[in-house]
Amino acid sequence: MTFLPWNLSLGTRTAAGLIFGQSGGSFWMPPPSATSAIWVDRAFYFILYVSTFFFLLIVTLMTFFVIRYRRREGLGPQRSPHHHLALELTWSGIPLLLVIAMFGLGFAGYIDMRTPPRGAYEIRVSGQKWNWSFQYPNGYVDTNLHVPIDVPVKLTMSSKDVIHSLFIPAFRIKQDLLPDRYTTMWFTATRPGEYDLLCAEYCGTSHSEMLAKVIVHRPGEFEAWLQEAQKRRQNLSPVELGRELYLYAPGGCAVCHSIDGTRKVGPSFKGIYGQIHEFENAPPTLVDDNYIRESILNPSAKIRKGYPDQMTVYKGQLSDEQITALIEYIKTLK
Amino acid sequence: MSGASDSYLTHTRGFWSWALTLDHKRIGIMYMVGILGSFLLGGIFALIVRTELATPGPTIMGFPDAASEASPAEQAAENMVAIAPSSTTGRDLYNHMFTLHGAVMIFLVIIPGIPAVLGNFVLPLMLGAKDVAFPRLNLASFYLWLFGAIFFVVTLHTGGLDTGWTFYTPYSTSTNSAVVTAVLGAFILGFSSIFTGINFIVTVHKLRPAGMTWFKMPLFVWSLYATAIIQVLATPVLGITLLLLAAERLMGLGFFDPKYGGNPILFQHFFWFYSHPAVYIMILPGMGIISEVVSVFSRKHIFGYQFIAFSSVAIALLGFLVWGHHMFVSGMTPLAAMVFSALTFSVSIPSAIKVFNWLATMYKGSIGLATPMCYALAFIFLFGIGGLTGLFLGTLSVDVHLTDTYFVVAHFHYVMFGGTLIAFLAGLHYWWPKMTGRMFSDVAGRWACFIIFVGFNLTFFPQFLLGTRGMPRRYYDYSGLLDSHPEFALLNLLSTIGAYTTAVGLVAAAICLLHSLWRGRPAPANPWGGGSMEWQCPSPPPHDNFPKTPPVRDPYDFSYLAYVGPDRGFVPQT
Repeated sequence: MTFLPWNLSLGTRTAAGLIFGQSGGSFWMPPPSATSAIWVDRAFYFILYVSTFFFLLIVTLMTFFVIRYRRREGLGPQRSPHHHLALELTWSGIPLLLVIAMFGLGFAGYIDMRTPPRGAYEIRVSGQKWNWSFQYPNGYVDTNLHVPIDVPVKLTMSSKDVIHSLFIPAFRIKQDLLPDRYTTMWFTATRPGEYDLLCAEYCGTSHSEMLAKVIVHRPGEFEAWLQEAQKRRQNLSPVELGRELYLYAPGGCAVCHSIDGTRKVGPSFKGIYGQIHEFENAPPTLVDDNYIRESILNPSAKIRKGYPDQMTVYKGQLSDEQITALIEYIKTLK
Repeated sequence: MSGASDSYLTHTRGFWSWALTLDHKRIGIMYMVGILGSFLLGGIFALIVRTELATPGPTIMGFPDAASEASPAEQAAENMVAIAPSSTTGRDLYNHMFTLHGAVMIFLVIIPGIPAVLGNFVLPLMLGAKDVAFPRLNLASFYLWLFGAIFFVVTLHTGGLDTGWTFYTPYSTSTNSAVVTAVLGAFILGFSSIFTGINFIVTVHKLRPAGMTWFKMPLFVWSLYATAIIQVLATPVLGITLLLLAAERLMGLGFFDPKYGGNPILFQHFFWFYSHPAVYIMILPGMGIISEVVSVFSRKHIFGYQFIAFSSVAIALLGFLVWGHHMFVSGMTPLAAMVFSALTFSVSIPSAIKVFNWLATMYKGSIGLATPMCYALAFIFLFGIGGLTGLFLGTLSVDVHLTDTYFVVAHFHYVMFGGTLIAFLAGLHYWWPKMTGRMFSDVAGRWACFIIFVGFNLTFFPQFLLGTRGMPRRYYDYSGLLDSHPEFALLNLLSTIGAYTTAVGLVAAAICLLHSLWRGRPAPANPWGGGSMEWQCPSPPPHDNFPKTPPVRDPYDFSYLAYVGPDRGFVPQT
């Protein structure tokens, strides 16, 4: 809890970021890094200029009238008409034409955002309290979204619990994930680099930590990365696999369980194997292989004392091999 | 409160003469006490939220749970990292705080605010009537409001509420906070709103004095009428929706939660079918107040009376057809999105017309800058920003980027706080002499208005930037975003400083008004030179308002009024 949140260099970066935006960005928007951003920014700036003009017009007239027609001794109001049809129709008509233009710009961009091109590279997305998982066509699952540059990428998404919303500010795209159906979104990234990916729909305790990165690979590098990542995953020992699952699996344990003793939503894994735990709804039990297995598949069976009954049910989501790997990993956490 | 020998304040005495009163003026005063008390509560929640966001990471709500049943090893580790990672408790507490801020401010303050306090007090006076059409129903509305408010207080003590004021499913069907108590509270408050609406509609239809045709009514009456139509038609939908939600939680009936076979998007449709029109319940009466104040303090007939009156009704009706613009990224079809976007833009035109009409009213006027007029000018400035930023959100592609970010937070605070609450303050200062029989210090009032105006902009303008640069709303912590956006720390800090400045301004306004009750000089019947009927009875009004209904005039013709000094105010010249 430092009260002044930035040191000198952060301060400089703050000032630079505030005035110039990020490199390539503007005062209002982060740098546009996908084709969708171009549509959005065009409409945004059109509306910004029109609104600024009208706002300045209103405030200038208001200030001018207040000064010019301020109340003065012995000087009453002057006569002027109570209404003026032509004037009133004009100031209804001009804004009407302008908002029709705004609507048109926005609609064109929206239709583009909602229409993935045929043959787009498909990635499956799952959102759960409180992390993301991205599954590639070869079955590999990652917690960050890796994509090739200049290739249309289509995300087919669903939620495992409540509503989430996938938001990539640099791409200007956002789409809710629902628990009872698939939703889709697509984009073509145009700048290599790392970008924020956030949950934008309030989803409970750790909503503000449901973050990931979008990594846009340079031409040709994406396929190599995917093969490498897949190969590494296949050659893991049970303990290593358990660690990967702990960190990166769909609904990875790390969101709610620490390995260093810190209290999160659920109890820490540190040193629990072989301990005897107390429960809200069951007699004290030894933490062994069977207990861990039960806690993963049917978490409500034994609620650890002092903790909420909040855990996701993983029945049907993890294979026996994966559960064994997790148990082996937890054993190593002394 | 001395002065007039028989005012409504001194007509009868004692607790029960207030608690069981059928006098619309006393009911208005009781609403005022209740609603301003709720505003204080909601404001404290807002300050807590802003304080937490003042710095990245945990600021005031990050302390680990003291009662945790951790093993010695865990506790040791916890002590070592006690303030580094944000604890679950802090996050949950924050989620409760922003939810309660929203729920209290929306359901207890802004929705009932202007109609129940100022509408109740002024509407019958403006019509030259003795009371509203159904005085007993009016008292029942007040007690329903009180009953609903009690449910909210109970919610605070029985697990709180962490769903956001929107109660989105399936989060609200799965969280273990006190959702059922809160939705029952909102359900009851809904009935309070419906009863007030029915009362006002009948009052406007039946109690207008002979000669006051529809187009001779003050514009505040028009706006209350348009508001009442929405209250009566839209609120039942919210009532049913909240009952379904309660039934789903209590009995596991499947309406909205896929776990029971329901559809979560259905809830959003039902919810916004009420809650979007509710936005117009909040803002329309505010616009009515501004129409009165701008005209009276410019000493000019309101410009384009019929356009303003019809634009209120147009906003009320079109407001029913735009709810889908809250759901552009929920997965709705592009066709539905197109229709909702187009209709949304159509609502912007009547709002623009009103602003231009107010400016044209000031043209060639004799503009006096008393406190109510200062608030009205602040309204035009702030509502201008709030309304224009709505254009960004109505535009489909831009909304995809901006929805659920701080841009939305800033936009609706500019409309709801900068619009409705500033208009409420304008109206409160405008009718305060009539309500209490006392004049407040105009100098103090203007200073308070200025502080609120500065503080408000400092609070909410940085939030537009936070939003366009990608900070989502309802985030307890933004330290995860600082790598790419170091400026978020400064923008949030500025916003928090602004929130405290606004609070200082509001306290100053409260002191200014309360001080007048003891030290204010007695108010004349017509201190500002208003042309509508409420200024023709003494301040404060007698129990029966008018011994005889005054003659009907054009409410915006001020030519017959002359100012004869602070003691007698404006008097008719014959």
